[in-house]
Amino acid sequence: MSEEFQGKKKSKIAFNYRTLIPSAGLLIALLTEVLIPNHKDTKYSDLTNLRTVLITALSISVLLCLLSIFIKRLRKRYSYQGWFIGGSGIFIAVINIVTAKTHMLPQLYFPSLSRVFNVYIEDRSFLLTCVISSFTLLIEGLIIGTIIGVITGIVVGWSKGWSYWIYPIIRILGPIPSSTWIPLALIIFSAPKGAAIFLIAFGVWFQITILTSSGIQATKKSYFEVSSTLGASSLQNLFYIAIPDALPSIFLGFFNATCSSFVALMAAEMMGVKSGLGWYINWQKEMIAYPNVYAGLIIIAGFCYLFITLQFKVRDKLLKWQKGVIKW
Amino acid sequence: MVTEPQVGNKTGNIRAVNVSKEFANSDGGKTLALKELNTEIKPGEFVCLIGPSGCGKSTFLRLVAGLSAPTEGELLLDDKPVNGPGYERGLVFQDPTLFPWLTIYDNVAYGLKIRHIYKEHREEVEEFIRLVGLEGFEKSYPHQLSGGMAQRASLARALVNHPKVLLLDEPLGALDAFTRMNMQDEILRIWKERGTTMIMVTHDVDEAIYLSDRVFIMTPRPAKVEKIIKVDIGRNETYGRQRNSVDFLNYRSMILQILDFTGKVQTPEFYL
Repeated sequence: MSEEFQGKKKSKIAFNYRTLIPSAGLLIALLTEVLIPNHKDTKYSDLTNLRTVLITALSISVLLCLLSIFIKRLRKRYSYQGWFIGGSGIFIAVINIVTAKTHMLPQLYFPSLSRVFNVYIEDRSFLLTCVISSFTLLIEGLIIGTIIGVITGIVVGWSKGWSYWIYPIIRILGPIPSSTWIPLALIIFSAPKGAAIFLIAFGVWFQITILTSSGIQATKKSYFEVSSTLGASSLQNLFYIAIPDALPSIFLGFFNATCSSFVALMAAEMMGVKSGLGWYINWQKEMIAYPNVYAGLIIIAGFCYLFITLQFKVRDKLLKWQKGVIKW
Repeated sequence: MVTEPQVGNKTGNIRAVNVSKEFANSDGGKTLALKELNTEIKPGEFVCLIGPSGCGKSTFLRLVAGLSAPTEGELLLDDKPVNGPGYERGLVFQDPTLFPWLTIYDNVAYGLKIRHIYKEHREEVEEFIRLVGLEGFEKSYPHQLSGGMAQRASLARALVNHPKVLLLDEPLGALDAFTRMNMQDEILRIWKERGTTMIMVTHDVDEAIYLSDRVFIMTPRPAKVEKIIKVDIGRNETYGRQRNSVDFLNYRSMILQILDFTGKVQTPEFYL
């Protein structure tokens, strides 16, 4: 707080030493790559992908460091992230040393980083179709599961009569892991794609139903009482009180559902669907093409990260009122 | 519309005919929360219900609000039986109970919006926010307000519906003494301007004398109205009463006597 206050008084141009840390870390990684020779048995020793990546990253980090002298917001954020980005540089250097440089880890399972990056060049169009295929499967499953889940959750949370019949069914079916449904799903849905969507949607449906209904049931009675004395009908109480009040809980359900849907996606792609990231990784593993396995894993990790970050952004926007009520 | 004085209007009459309310206990027995209450509260009257806990004050308020139904007897608003909650009987709790997902503006506008009359009465939302002194906080969320401000917002939310009767369940109970006295004046000012029938539950004898035309003193076991006291002290221009006048103090001691709180001298244990 005081730092911010002083920053306002002083001129806008300032320098924070922490903005240099990312460049330093990346420089160490680059020097390790350039100065230490590869182990004599390293395959594809002539690949320079890691160098290209590191030089690009280093240039960007230097640029950001320079920009953050002038832009206050960037300086604040970039210096905060400084240690982490610098640390990632060191991590890359360490990985590089234990793989390509010294072969401390067996080369067959732990290939050099340059080879992993090379997959993105050689296999790029194929990987792209895999990403698109996984993404459509995931989105379709998520949308269907969310819609049905929210509706079931509202009905179960709001009406005692529906709850009596549906809730036990949820309790019985819900905890069964998605992958156990594979045999049944393949019989019901003739196309493997339909079966895959069903598997993803099923996991999503359970999570969202449970948290939606408990969110609605946890709504304070006094909110309904006040709303009623202001003239609201029962249905208005549901839509204007119960559902907004349950929204944080619904979002939590959606968050859990997203995480479990990644698991379901991998399971779904292993049954007959001949594309997608999960299928790609599995297939490459059987071919003992570990650079491709890592390349696939990195894409999935980035994919999940982006997806969850996006979700957090949407939630922060929608649930602005919650700030200060609940600490996320 | 807000500033137009409505004192002397003829609606907002509450009549209780032989009202009893029983609650089932968890052990299968029954508790009589209110016993054969017969009373009438006139339009535009300010009535305070006072008494120790368990004397059925809040129960009576909830019956008038329509949030629960009497076991026996009938409650009438302008000679029509009360049948469930409705906007013509506004309710303010001790806890402001603002909807945390709505801004202050949207909280106040809530009643108009759900009744689908927001478009025609849009300007009243602003007027009532001004009336309770919350201009500038329209875009704030409830958690950003202090207790007193939140309570004023909940008052505005109830008032924007132009209720015939405003039911106040210890609305100032959670406030500090100074905020409380300011709010009392504010409530009086609104009452004077709007002419709404006010029924307020309180634990505070001074508050009851300061505000009301009549004080209903209630006693528990069996829960009933023990005595109704007409407060016959002149009001000043802000409609409050002089808190330190002799009359005020006389009423105070009278009510305390009825409630049996005048001077129970308890011998401290260490003297025995």
